[in-house]
Amino acid sequence: MSALLGLLRKEVYHILRDRRTLVVIVALPVLQVIIFGYAIRTDVDHVRLAIVDPAPDTVTLGIRARFAAAGVFEDVALVPRIEQLEDLFRRGAAQGAVVFEAGFAERLARGLPAGLLIIADATEPNTGSIVASYATAVVQGYQQEAPPSNGAIHIVPSVRMRFNPTRESSNLFVPGLMAFVLTIISSLMTAISLTREKETGTLEALLVSPLRPWQIIVGKVAPYLVVGFASVVGVILEARLVFHVPLRGSLVLLLAEGIVFILVSLSLGILISARTSSQRVAMMGALIGTMLPTMLLSGFIFPLESMPWPLRAISVIVPARWFVLVARSIMLKGVGLSYLWQPTLVLLVMALVLLTASTRAFHERLDQ
Amino acid sequence: MSGDLAIDVQDLTRRFGAFTAVGGITFNVRAGEVFGFLGANGAGKTTAIRMLTGLLVPSSGRATVAGHDVARDAERVKRDIGYMSQKFSLYEDLTVRENITLYGGIYDLRDREIRDRSARMLANLQLEHAADQLVRAIPLGWRQKLAFSVALLHQPRVVFLDEPTSGVDPITRRQFWELIYDAAAGGTTVLVTTHYMDEAEYCDRISIMVDGRIGAMGTPAELKRDFKVSSIDDLFVQLARPTGSAQGPAA
Amino acid sequence: MRRILFLARAEVLHVVRDRATLAQVLIVPVLQLLVLSNAATFLVTNTPTYVVDFDRTSVSRGLVTRFRASGHFLVDEQSASPELANEALLRGDATMVLTIPHDFEATLVRTGSAPIQLTVNAEKGSAAGIVQSYATSIAAAYASELESSVRGASLGGSDAPPVRGVPKIDLRVRSWYNPALNYKYYMVPGILVALVTLIGTLLTAQNIAREKELGTLEQLNVTPMTRGQFIAAKLLPFWALGMLNLAIGLLVGALVFGVPMRGSLLLLFGAAAVYLVAALAIGLWISSVVDTQQQAMFVTFFVMNVYLLMSGLFTPIDSMAPWVRTVSQLNPVRHFVTISRAILMKGAGPADIAQPFLILTIFGAVTLALAIRQYSKRVA
Repeated sequence: MSALLGLLRKEVYHILRDRRTLVVIVALPVLQVIIFGYAIRTDVDHVRLAIVDPAPDTVTLGIRARFAAAGVFEDVALVPRIEQLEDLFRRGAAQGAVVFEAGFAERLARGLPAGLLIIADATEPNTGSIVASYATAVVQGYQQEAPPSNGAIHIVPSVRMRFNPTRESSNLFVPGLMAFVLTIISSLMTAISLTREKETGTLEALLVSPLRPWQIIVGKVAPYLVVGFASVVGVILEARLVFHVPLRGSLVLLLAEGIVFILVSLSLGILISARTSSQRVAMMGALIGTMLPTMLLSGFIFPLESMPWPLRAISVIVPARWFVLVARSIMLKGVGLSYLWQPTLVLLVMALVLLTASTRAFHERLDQ
Repeated sequence: MSGDLAIDVQDLTRRFGAFTAVGGITFNVRAGEVFGFLGANGAGKTTAIRMLTGLLVPSSGRATVAGHDVARDAERVKRDIGYMSQKFSLYEDLTVRENITLYGGIYDLRDREIRDRSARMLANLQLEHAADQLVRAIPLGWRQKLAFSVALLHQPRVVFLDEPTSGVDPITRRQFWELIYDAAAGGTTVLVTTHYMDEAEYCDRISIMVDGRIGAMGTPAELKRDFKVSSIDDLFVQLARPTGSAQGPAA
Repeated sequence: MRRILFLARAEVLHVVRDRATLAQVLIVPVLQLLVLSNAATFLVTNTPTYVVDFDRTSVSRGLVTRFRASGHFLVDEQSASPELANEALLRGDATMVLTIPHDFEATLVRTGSAPIQLTVNAEKGSAAGIVQSYATSIAAAYASELESSVRGASLGGSDAPPVRGVPKIDLRVRSWYNPALNYKYYMVPGILVALVTLIGTLLTAQNIAREKELGTLEQLNVTPMTRGQFIAAKLLPFWALGMLNLAIGLLVGALVFGVPMRGSLLLLFGAAAVYLVAALAIGLWISSVVDTQQQAMFVTFFVMNVYLLMSGLFTPIDSMAPWVRTVSQLNPVRHFVTISRAILMKGAGPADIAQPFLILTIFGAVTLALAIRQYSKRVA
C-alpha cells in the first residue's frame, strides 16, 4: 500500500512540476466550450431575405413591412424579376425570398387569389424549413387580420415548449459540449502521460517493481481524476455564467456523474496507450476512428432519434452519448437519479470494463 | 583558395547554452587523405561533423569544406560532400535499387549515370541478387556498406562517416575499411569518426578529441612515438585521464 | 524539378508498401462516409409521441391517425393520464405530448374551432421548432379535410363555389436546391471534405516527424535539395491522394446517396487542388514544428477539432455568433465546404465562388510559405 502511495505522490509531482501542461488541461476544456458554445448553434435569426416585387402597391408594402417588423429577417435585395434570384442564392447572398405577383392589391380587390411565393434555400434542410416556416407565419399573420371565412374549421394548437421555452441553442449544445470536450481532454491526459513513461522507459521500471498492475492504474488515474474534476467545475461555472444554461437539477448529482464520466474517459486513454505502442497506424486509426464518430454519434450535435437503428445501436458504446443525456437531463429537465439510474449504470459499467481491460493489457506486457 | 586542402578548420566552436560541445578546434585534411576523428562518447565528434556538413551553425571560428565556407555557403558544401550518419539512414521500406535511385535523383544524376553507377556499386558489394529486396530484409552489415556506397554515389570530394562501424561484426568492419581505402584511392577525402581505437591504425592521420578539444593529432606512428605508448588505445586512456592531459605535440 | 519527382516517388512507395496505412487512407474513409452520412441529420422523423385523448370520439381518433400516418410521429403510448404523459416526457420516452380536450368534437361542431395542446420537449432547440411546425401543419390539414367533407355533405357533393368576399392570398412555398429536404445531399459533400482533410493533414503531419525519428531526415538535409523542393516533394503525393479520395468519395456519394452534381466537376476539382495545398501545408508545418509523431498527432487532433466544428460542416455558419463568424474566415475548411456545397447543390459557377476561392488561394500560399520557412535543413 505504501508503494501505491509513493506512486501517487510521484504522479502528483509530475502534474505540479509541469505547470504548462496543468494549465493546458484545466484551461483547454473551458476555452473550447467558450469557442464552440458560440460556434455550434442552429438558431436561425438573421435570415437574408430577397424580395421580388414587380409592382409595389399598398398590400405588398404592408406585407413587406410585416417582414421587416418580424425581427428575424434582414432585407438584402429588392429585385423586380424572379430570374434575378438565382444569382443571389448561388452566391449565398440570400437565404430566402418573397415573390409577389404583379398587380397584387388589384387582384385581391377584385376577389381573385393573388400569388405569393416563398422560396427558401434548402441546401441545409433544417435552416431551409425554418426560414420557410418563419416566412409563412408572417404571411398568415397578415391574412388573419381579415375576418374569418364562414364555415371554415380551425383546430387551434396551443404549443408549450417544455424545458427550454426560448429554444436557446446554447441550452442544447453547451451540456453536450461539456461531454465532448471532457472526453477528449481526459483520454488524452492519461494517454500522453503513459506514452511519455513508455518513451522514457520508466514504465518498464514500474512494471518490474513490486507494484501490481491495478495499483499502477490507480496511481495514474487518481491524480488526473482530480484535475479532470477541476475542469468539470470550470465548465459548469462557465455554462451558468457565460451561457446562462439553467441548472434545474441537483448540482451534487451533476458533479458526481461528472466524476464517473471522467473516470470512463481516463480509463479509455489508458487502454488506448496500453494497446498501441506509439505506432503510426494505431495512432491514426485511433484518431480517425474516434474523432468523427464521437462528434456525430454522441447526440451532441445531431439528434440520435433521427438516426437509422444501426447507428443508434452503435451509439450505445460511445461513452459521451450517455453523459450528454445525463447532463442535459439534470441541467434542463431537473430530473434526479430515479430517472437517470440507467445511463448512470451504463457509465459505471463502462468504467469498470475499461479499467479491467487496461489492467489486463498491463499483465500482457509483463508476460511478454 | 586553400590549395589541396579538402577541409580547413580554424578555431571552430559550438556552444549549446552554457555547455561548450566543441571548444575551438583547428585542423586540416588534405585531399585524398583518410582522417580519423577519435574520442569518447560525448567528446564532441558528432557536433563537429554536423558543423562541417552544414547541419549546425558554428558559434564562432570558421571552416571550409571543398573550398566552401560551411557557415555562409552550407548549400554549396552539400553538393560536394557525402555523409553517413550514426543512425542508419536509408529507407527500410524501399528496395536497395529504389534507395540508390532516390539519392541519385536528388544529386541530379542523369538516368544513365544512375543506372551505370548502381550496377557498378551492386557488383562491387556483391549485392546484385538483393537489388530488388527491401532494405529491411538484408543483414545489418550489408546495409552499412550499402549506406556508405550510396553516400559516395554522386562522387563527392569529401565524405563524412559518423561511427560507420558501430554495432558491426569484426569481419564486416574489415570489409568496410577496404571500401574506405577504395574511395580514398579514387581521390575522395574521408573523415571518419570512431571509438574503436584499433581502427585508428587504418587512418593516414588521426585527431583525438577530449571534452570538445583536440587532445592530440598526427599519424598513428608519430603519436605513439611522441607519447611513448605502444598503442593508440593506451594513448587514449592517457589523454582521457584528467591529470595526464594535453601538452602533446599538436601538429 | 527532377529532384522533387524522385523524392515524391519514394513517398508514394512508403505509402504503398504500408498495407495498413493504405487501407486506412483508401477504405476507411469510404466506410465512414457510408456510415456517418446517415448520422448527420437534423431531420426530425419518428418523434416519439404520447397521446392524451380525453375526447375519444371519431374526430379525435381521426386526428391521432393523421399524426401516425404522417411519418413524422411515432405514437407508441396513449392514456388519459397527464401525469403518465409528464413522466414519459421527463424520462425522455416521449418528445411530444398531444393532449385532446374532453369536448373537442362537440366544440368543433358547435363553433368550428377547437383547441388541442402540444407539449414539446424543447431541450433540442430548433428540432422542437420543426416538431411544432409538423404538428401544426398536420392539424391544419386535418381541419381543412374536415371542412371540405362537411361542406361536401351539406352541398350534396357538388362542386363548392369559391368562398366569396374574402381576399385570399395564394401562398406557396418552394424549397430550392433540395426540395426533398434530403439531409444526405447536404452532409455527404461536407463529411467527404472532413475526411479528405483529416487524412491528408494527419499523414503530412506525421511525415516529417517520422523521418526525424528514423534519422533519414538528417541524410536528406546534407543533400543539396532546397527547402522548397523538399516541401513540394512531400506535398505532391498526398495532394494526389487527396484528389483520389475526393474522386472516390464523390463517386460513392453519387452512386449510393444520389447526391446531385449540378455544377462543373472541373471547377470543384480546381478548388480542391488549391484547398488541398492549404490543408497539407498546415500538416507539413505542424510536422516541422514538432519533434515526434506523437506530438504531431496531438497537435493535429486539436487543430482539426477546431477546424471541423467551426467550418459550418455540421451547424450553419449563419447561426454562429458574429465574432465566431469573423474568426472562421481564417478556416480553410469553411471555405471549401461552402464551395463544394455551392457547386454540387446549387450549380454555382466560377463567379459565384470567386470570393471563397480567392481566400483559399491566399491561404494556400501563406501556409505553404510558412511550411517552407519552418522546415529547417539544420538541426536545432
